[in-house]
Parts: sequence; C-alpha cells; structure tokens
Amino acid sequence: MSFVEYGDTIKDGDTAIVFLGHESMFPVKVQHGTVTQTKYGVIRHSTDLIGKKYGSKVTCSKGGWVFILHPTPELWTMNLPHRTQILYSTDISIITMMLELKPGSIVCESGTGSGSLSHALIRTVAPTGHLYTVEFHQQRAEKAREEFREHGVEHLVTVTNQDVCKNGFGVSNIADAVFLDIPSPWEAIGHAKSALKAEGGRICSFSPCIEQVQRTCLAMEEYGFTEINTLEILLRVYNVKTISLQIPDLGKAAEDNSSTGFDSSNPSHQGSPCANLQQGTVQFKSGVPLREVVGHTGYLTFATKS
Amino acid sequence: AMEGGPSSRIREGDCAVLKRDDVFKAVSVLRRRKIIFEKQWFYLDNAIGHIYGTTFEVTSGGNLQPKQEVEETTTEAKEAGTDNRNIVDDGKSQKLTHDDIKALKDKGIKGQEIVQQLIENSTTFRDKTEFAQDKYIKKKKKKYEAIVTIVKPSTRILSTMYYAREPGKINHLRYDTLAQMLTLGNIHAGTKTIVMETCAGLVLGAVMERMGGYGSIIQMYPGGGPVRAATSCFGFPKGFFDNLHEFPLSKVQSLLSGTFSAEPEEIPLLEEESNGLSEEKQQETEEEPAAETTMEINPTEEQDSMDISAEEVEFKESKEKENKENVREKQIKQWERRKKLKEAAALLREKNADGLIVASKFHPTPLLLSLLEFVAPSRPFVVYCQYKEPLLDCYTKLRERGGVINLKLSESWLRNYQVLPDRSHPKLSMSGGGGYLLSGITVLLEQGRADCRNSEAPKVEEPSSKRCKLQDLPC
Repeated sequence: MSFVEYGDTIKDGDTAIVFLGHESMFPVKVQHGTVTQTKYGVIRHSTDLIGKKYGSKVTCSKGGWVFILHPTPELWTMNLPHRTQILYSTDISIITMMLELKPGSIVCESGTGSGSLSHALIRTVAPTGHLYTVEFHQQRAEKAREEFREHGVEHLVTVTNQDVCKNGFGVSNIADAVFLDIPSPWEAIGHAKSALKAEGGRICSFSPCIEQVQRTCLAMEEYGFTEINTLEILLRVYNVKTISLQIPDLGKAAEDNSSTGFDSSNPSHQGSPCANLQQGTVQFKSGVPLREVVGHTGYLTFATKS
Repeated sequence: AMEGGPSSRIREGDCAVLKRDDVFKAVSVLRRRKIIFEKQWFYLDNAIGHIYGTTFEVTSGGNLQPKQEVEETTTEAKEAGTDNRNIVDDGKSQKLTHDDIKALKDKGIKGQEIVQQLIENSTTFRDKTEFAQDKYIKKKKKKYEAIVTIVKPSTRILSTMYYAREPGKINHLRYDTLAQMLTLGNIHAGTKTIVMETCAGLVLGAVMERMGGYGSIIQMYPGGGPVRAATSCFGFPKGFFDNLHEFPLSKVQSLLSGTFSAEPEEIPLLEEESNGLSEEKQQETEEEPAAETTMEINPTEEQDSMDISAEEVEFKESKEKENKENVREKQIKQWERRKKLKEAAALLREKNADGLIVASKFHPTPLLLSLLEFVAPSRPFVVYCQYKEPLLDCYTKLRERGGVINLKLSESWLRNYQVLPDRSHPKLSMSGGGGYLLSGITVLLEQGRADCRNSEAPKVEEPSSKRCKLQDLPC
C-alpha cells in the first residue's frame, strides 16, 4: 500500500482506515502484535488485519463490525490529525484542476500545515513529478516528513523548513505550479514567480479574507501575472431520506357523497406512485440539505505566469 | 520536469484553444485556414512556432502578430468627476460616428488608438468617476482591440470551454463538478479505471490527463462506438492510447452472466442518436460497427455476377483483385476488433478495477448496479447526473444492493469574483447549477446481505444526531 499505489491486502506497516459507519472513521497504523480499541470492541492487527483484503469487514471483540479501507488522500484529509486548519477535498479538487496538475508536474506549496493538500498533490503528480513544500514551523515540517515516509511517498516530496516570504521555495524556474496558503501571500508572489518555469506556469493563492485577496491580486498584476481569477467553491451535501407527509383532514363537504381535498380513496388519485393509501400519508424520497453547512473556507485566486 | 520543452510551442496539426477574455474556442492549427473567432477573421499561420500562451494582435490583413507590451500610463492624474448626478445618457456624448470609426479601422489604426480617439471625442468622459472611466476603457478595449491568445488545451481549458459553449454535449457538467469527480475518484497514474460517459469524450480526456499514460482505462460505450471528439483536443501523445480500451454496454449483461462472446451478432441498423450527433460521428476514432463491414462486402459479390465485354473483363479482373484486397483488409480489421474486444472483456472479467466514473445522459442506476461488479473492494466510484432525482433512486438501490459505504450525494456551488481596489464583489452572473454527484467506496460484498447498519430505507425522517448505529440489528 501507499498513498500513490493501490495494494490489495493489508500489510504490516500500512496506514489503513477503519470505517465504523456514517461519517465515523479513523486511521490506524497496522502493526504486528498491536490492538486497536473501537467502540465495537478490540481489533487485533495480527489476526484481524494483516493478510486480509482491503474492503473486508472485520468483526471486533464485542461483536460489532467495521470495514478496513485502503487509504486515499481524500480519506486522509477527513481523518488526519490537525496541526493547523486544513484544506478539504472540495477546494483541493478545484485547485488541482485549475493548476493543471498531472503526473510529472513539479509543484511548490507553502505552508505545508497538516499535509492535507500535500498528500493530494503528491498523489496527482506521481510517479514522475515532485512536490516541494515549505513550512516555517519546525515541528510541523518534521511531522510532515515523518508522515510522508510512513505513507510511502517520501521520494516524491521535499519538505523545507524556512519562511517562503523571505527565502522562497528553494528551487528556480522549474515549477509547473505554485500554491500559497499563508497569511501574507503578496509577500511571496515574487518568490513564486522565480520558482515557476519560464512560461505558462500557474499560481494559486488561498486566503480567507477578501482584503488579503485584494493585496494578492495587486501583487500578481505587478509581477506580470495574467488571467488573474478569483473564485470560491462550496460543497452542498444532501441526505437521502424517505419522507412521509401527513395528509391534512379538510373535513367533509356539506353533501354527504365524497370528502373534499386529497382523498386517498378517490380513484383519480389511485395512480399516484407515492400515495400511501392506508395511512393518509404521502411518501417520497428526498435529498435533504443539512441543517448547517460550511459557508466559507477561503477565496482561491489563480493566475498564469506569462 | 522537462514538460516545458517542445510541447509548449504551437505546431501545425495541434488542437489549440483560442482565448479572448473568458471566451474560448478549440481549433485545429492548419495553414491557410480562415478562422473566425469573436467577430474576427484571421489565419493561424504566423502563430506556428510561438509559445502557447502568447497573445496576438489581428492585423488588418487577417494575420497574427505577437502583441507588444504597452506601457500603461497610470501615473498621470486623470481628470475625473465624483458621481453621475449630472451625466445624462442621451446617446449623443460620443462625437465619432459609426462611419468615422469604420474609417479608422479601415485605415489600419490599432485598437488601442481607436480607444484613445473614442475617449478624446467623448464629451462626458472627463465627468465620469475614475472607476467609471476605467470601466469605459475596459469596455471599449474589449470591443476594438483585435487580440487573441492561443492557449494549450487542458482539462481546465476544455471543461470551461465546453460548459460555456456546448453544455448540452456534456450534460451540463460544470467544470468544478468535473474537478470533484477526478478527486473523489482518486484518479491517478497506474490505476485501472472504468469510464462510462456521454460527454463527447471530455470526461475521458480529463481522466487520461490525470493518469498521464500510466495504468489502463476501459471506456464503456453505448451504441456503435465511443465518441471522443473532445478527447482528441487534449493533444495526448500516441502512447496514451495504448492502454485505452473500450467495451460496449450492450455486452455487459452477457459478460456478467458468463455468456459473453466476441463474435458479431445481428446489429440493428438503427445507429440512433445514442451515439451523439452526426458531426461527432465523423470524428469518431473508433472502429465501424460490424454491420457496416458486412454491408460493404455484399456489393463486391454483386459485381461478380455482372456480364460484360473483354475490356470490361480486364477492368473487372483488376477490380476483383482490388475488392479481394479490400475484403482481406476488412477481415483483418474485424479480427483486430474482435481481439481488442476480447482483451477488454478479459480486463473487466478480473473484477479488480480501481475506480469507476460515470457521467452520462442515461439513468445512472442500471449503469452503477452493473458496472460496480467490475470494481475491486475498497475503491471509489463517482456518478454524475444532471438531475438530482435519479441519484436519489441510485442511492436507494445501492443501499439495497450493499457492498458500498460512505455514500454521498452532493452538488458544488461555485462563484467567481471581480477583485479590484475598492471594487471587489462577486461577479454579476453565476451558474445556477452544475449537476450532481453520487460518490462512495466499495467494500467486499457479502452473499445475500446488505450493509444493514446504515440502512436508510423507508423510515420517517429523524434528526441525524438521533440516528443510532444499531449494533443490535441482526446482521
């Protein structure tokens, strides 16, 4: 297993994802002799995990069961330990496409943060590309290096511990794309430009505040970037539910023949696919939005070096 | 790392994309071919050899020349007003007439100069606020500057172009939705991916771009052959197509039931619109359906039975030889086609695909239920549908089937912004909808049981916090 190559069976040393149910999962480092506690009981790595196929159902000691999944950058993003606020897959998706990333691409990123985007970038540029990621916090940089090693991708990434605004990315004129998620991206635009290849490189800056965006756009213009474009993207998730709505009792008309309103015994309504004739309710399937959703993550500004 | 080499120069035969502001158009780069784009006529000949991303001016002769960098005079303090309370829009503030402007254009005056003339001949220009002047200049430049940028095709460029120009061809799949699919599907190099799309080959192209030629793709197709009009725009190297297979949907049931055979069957003569518009058919790079082959062989046989003179006999003999060669060629093609079909079938039969992407005009449920059979456990799948309701049905049927977890029905919301000093705001127009996605992960399917813990089958709505993980359900 690695984050850039699928494996079929769970092996010692793998990072696997334990899936307990709707929106409930966590990563686990597979190791001989280890056990993992879950609310459904204990999982013994040696007997329950190692050698089993990814996607298997594992019964825990209390009798409940879980699924063991192969890690992907997307699952990692949902489960990684946060050291900083992270980017989620919705933003990551549009960033990847708008930066035109693909196998072989050279990408520069700062800050590394918790490595959410980093894992996704590495997956996209593998097997022939490379990620140069810069993080000014020493422990975070070290933790990132450790994780990339554990996840089998260290050959595809270089972590540098420095301040990108002062010292840049450590490379010149080779990057196909640069990504910035730092407090003052306008201070790094110059460095971004020198890291990018001569023509056609793409840049993206992520900022939560519009004021940051304004300064960044100005800086991009000053440095000669073109096609400057700012957007934001949000995911709207729908819960699929069967809904039952009661039919109101509108009483009967003065004449005693038939009742008014939506009468379930009325032959003209019998053809309706959703009417539940017995209980005076109508059932239908609906995609119901969640009560609270993410309303904002940040603005994404893209541009081209020309 | 050497991507930026020869492939970044415009070459004859390339598929290039013309760009002006936010308008795109894909064209073939051919000499002496007149192109019309954004009310301009020009030839691409002079663009050949330049780097992609270059912006050109269209000269009066219809030729392209690289646009010179012009120094913007921003340092002078411009005369401007404070608001528009006294500006009356009577349509008379521009002193240059239509004919005057045309005369300037005919003289070969550059767009920039025309804009300057318009400014000088506008009675209200200096009364406008600075912002209004800015807006005015931008608007006139847009109209009179004859420029075009030639960009290299990519998923970003082509998906934006198709959504703006021909959304009907791609089932109104908006480019950010496509971006979500590629990530949710974990599309990357080295995987074995099944793609089923009726989006003119755009989705296939996007998948191919993200796979970089590594791994393999099996494209499922309806009707006689897959449409790959958009795919050819990407300009992939030939090698990318070595591991691109295709398999007809019409043989899926037989493959699943074990009765698959590569021999041609009676193919209905109605090639119908399920294969796209006729113009797209011409661009199909795919094999002709077997029916056409059989039909072409028959005329040969008819010719043999004709009765004629000596001259015509000679002619007939050489014609016969030609026909025999044609027949032989067609037989070889047919044999090759059958071989490829068997190869694709073999790949599918392994039932170990790493991912499934569906984006078509068909109802998604039957596609998902059948194509998921070919996917390995613990692998992602994504289905796109222009409408939400079919995905509700799909979701329900998948729950009943079991073998899938983490089902998610989603839609992405996208907004573009204008960012200018003191004038930043979302853009005025916005896409109302970009389609819907249903995604999930496969798991090992147990015989005869659904993953009943998460059953959301007919039950009354409850707030999600109260929905219990029913451990005591007999499973």
